[in-house]
Amino acid sequence: MTAKTITSNVYDWVDERLGLSELAAFARHKSVPVHAQSFWYYWGGISLFLFLVQCFTGVLLLVYYRPGAEAYESVRQITFLMHFGWLIRSAHSWSANLMIFAILIHMFSVFFMKAYRKPREFGWLSGMALLGIASVFGFSGYLLPMDELSYFATKVGLEIPMAIPWIGPIIANMLRGGPEVSEFTVQRFFALHVVVLPALFLPLLGFHLWLVQRHGNAVPPAEEAKPASERKGMPFMPNFLRKDLAMWLISLNILALLASVFPWSLGKQYDSLAPAPMGIHPEWYFMSPFEMLKILGSFLPGAVGEIAGILLFTLGIVLWVLIPFYDPKSEAGKRARIAHYFGLLAVFALLSTTLIGYWTIR
Amino acid sequence: MSTTELVNSANIVEERGERNTRRAFLAAAGAAGLCYTAALAYPIYRYLASPEEMALSATAVTEVTLKDAQKLPAGSVLMYKFGTRPAMLIHHADGRWISMTAVCTHLGCTVQYEPQADRVHCACHGGVYNAYTGANVSGPPPKPLTIYKVAVGDADVTVSRA
Repeated sequence: MTAKTITSNVYDWVDERLGLSELAAFARHKSVPVHAQSFWYYWGGISLFLFLVQCFTGVLLLVYYRPGAEAYESVRQITFLMHFGWLIRSAHSWSANLMIFAILIHMFSVFFMKAYRKPREFGWLSGMALLGIASVFGFSGYLLPMDELSYFATKVGLEIPMAIPWIGPIIANMLRGGPEVSEFTVQRFFALHVVVLPALFLPLLGFHLWLVQRHGNAVPPAEEAKPASERKGMPFMPNFLRKDLAMWLISLNILALLASVFPWSLGKQYDSLAPAPMGIHPEWYFMSPFEMLKILGSFLPGAVGEIAGILLFTLGIVLWVLIPFYDPKSEAGKRARIAHYFGLLAVFALLSTTLIGYWTIR
Repeated sequence: MSTTELVNSANIVEERGERNTRRAFLAAAGAAGLCYTAALAYPIYRYLASPEEMALSATAVTEVTLKDAQKLPAGSVLMYKFGTRPAMLIHHADGRWISMTAVCTHLGCTVQYEPQADRVHCACHGGVYNAYTGANVSGPPPKPLTIYKVAVGDADVTVSRA
């Protein structure tokens, strides 16, 4: 028997029992449309790659990180004592930010290409849930070093649920593990960050990817209007996958450059009696909601403004998430003007409040 | 030679050249890929090996000073760390000071000094050593325990590699 017949015999044996050829057929059936907007199809893959980087660097940090009272000391050891620990930590922090950025690009490209339309509603919904979990990943991970910045960011961030009437304080105290941010908080944020959130994120991600494979990439309405003979496409396996992997390599190079040239800093250890440091501000992806709350608070001072802000923000998110269900016009392939303007308004509001937020840091 | 033959041989030459450049390209790409992977793997390996390297510098220790150990009563033992590994300082009933490693030469358990029997015993597999020389007396241990030099001072006991 030659090596070839042995391989094919082994393949047949496994295939008969596990149905590999069905899987291969499922993998082959997807094709990627080729048109002027095809560039945006890469961003889901880039988000996925950065998530894989997070898993990998996260496990490496887990090797030396100790939550609870020793949290700061263990991060100090990782950063200054362990060989290349600064690089691993810097890569984890940079990749977290790049991942949120890639997910946002992915989300807006899906929105403006109207890729949430039938039959892709579940793709949109699961994607929004993944973004939600990713931001909780970011918020909980930010506390883990327990330096000054992370201490105050968590302190301020948990004031937001506090503003919800009745149940707010209960939720905030439950998250904090007491009335103040302490080593109990870092212990439970750690459990959230490395056990609870991955357990929620991974199956949802699997579902999201399965849907993409099942439905293929969506075609924007302008392209859909063209006759079938004028539309072009390429098979995902292996042609587009190759391009995807090239994009991953570029992402890895950018990440390596950022992580090594601009290493993530570690502040002073938190001190529950020390005043907040100058220029403290939330992470860039939380800047916009904070600024919106601040602006609304200046119109409606006190608890009324806070509650109104939370309600308005919740309403905006609900409208955003439910877009596939009240944008029926685009279903017919026509340009959905209202959805388009809503999207532009969202982009404008996010960008302008973020800019104002950075402008007014004191 | 007819024209078709000429064209054919030209094609073959071209194909060969193409194959050579393709082979060279693949080799270069493979080498670049290896370098890239090594550049990624090296920091990760060093990161994971950090504690090992720190321990390595600890095993380079040749002398340990034990504060106030001279007060150790006769017929008792003091467990301490010589570098990274456990060791014993025995003050025998007859007044002699003996120090040796406490790592059994059989499978690495930590041994104990038994003052009643005046012997060193390993609870894991029943190995017995001489409490003065470290010699393996009975049981599975294949080698004796390493003895250290002991110098008793006024304020401390200094133990060093023999």
